[in-house]
Amino acid sequence: MTMDFAKDRPIYLQLVETISGDVIKGKLKPGDKLPSVREFALESGVNVNTVQRVYKELELMELTETKRGQGTFITTNQTVIHSIREQMKEQVAMQFVTSIESFGFTVDEIIEVLKNKKGGN
Amino acid sequence: MEVQQLSFQYKRKTILERLTFSIPQGQIVGLIGENGSGKSTLLKLMAGILKPTSGTIELNGELINRRHTNKIAYLPDIDLFYEKLTGDEVFSFYQSQFENFSSKKANEIASFLQVPTNVKLGSLSKGNRARIKLATFLAREAELYLLDEPFAGLDPIARESLMKAIIKFIDTEHCAVVMSTHEVNEVEPILDQVMLLKDGHLCAMDVVEDIRHERGENTVNWMKNLYGKRVR
Repeated sequence: MTMDFAKDRPIYLQLVETISGDVIKGKLKPGDKLPSVREFALESGVNVNTVQRVYKELELMELTETKRGQGTFITTNQTVIHSIREQMKEQVAMQFVTSIESFGFTVDEIIEVLKNKKGGN
Repeated sequence: MEVQQLSFQYKRKTILERLTFSIPQGQIVGLIGENGSGKSTLLKLMAGILKPTSGTIELNGELINRRHTNKIAYLPDIDLFYEKLTGDEVFSFYQSQFENFSSKKANEIASFLQVPTNVKLGSLSKGNRARIKLATFLAREAELYLLDEPFAGLDPIARESLMKAIIKFIDTEHCAVVMSTHEVNEVEPILDQVMLLKDGHLCAMDVVEDIRHERGENTVNWMKNLYGKRVR
């Protein structure tokens, strides 16, 4: 399936986030093999060079390991996965704060709403 | 490919004026700009079909001329195949004309695109004719692939399948690709760089991911800003 991308950020970053998200959600498990660069390019409808950059970035984050002649695998190191999950949590929270501030809401106001929502469920 | 100070005039009218740029090996470059900005003319010059009025075009150090059709594959924007031929017949004609054409690869691409090759082109849909045309084009092993509006007038499904065939069957490590297009948003994910033509001038050339990274905007907005026009 060809993916849709946000307009304002590099495509490779969006793909890195998608894969990180899949690992955090457990859709990709530690030790899972990623498709080859060309297969991934074909699935996502993206330039091969962009996918190469995505794989390089994932490797730098230590989220993946490349085994010579075998391919690229999701790390089995739980510490790395945990820390990426924490980073992602922080990032999502910050985006949320920016978004509510753009409407003129305060964080406290929104926390009230969230608490009520949680109580209601 | 290296292009230096390239100008082209037709009946005293300047179509392209002093373009200088290079197309790096291993990259896919999108050629964008309004109708009449000179995109098709530039592709024909790069293909060696037209001769520059002044300036030079070199491929790996050699000046381009008509003979370079063995190293450059060019996909025109018009339908040139006989309607009475089948895909298979077109493939065997190409086999007889181009040393670097592979019928086997053409069939492989046609089957990837799920288009029948034993049917006369005249009875195929426009989308399927475009699929046969692209299969014929991609089945040539070239150093440079030039595509003039490969997606124009096609439905979204046909456009997506053609883009996937380009990703799958062009080994970009060993060649370069330049394609003109108006479907900038859709094509952007498969491009490395974009060149913007305006009234026969090279208005800008930039890396797609850098445009997004540095400006926080996609190529269409970049293009609109550079054109400096209100789009109504």
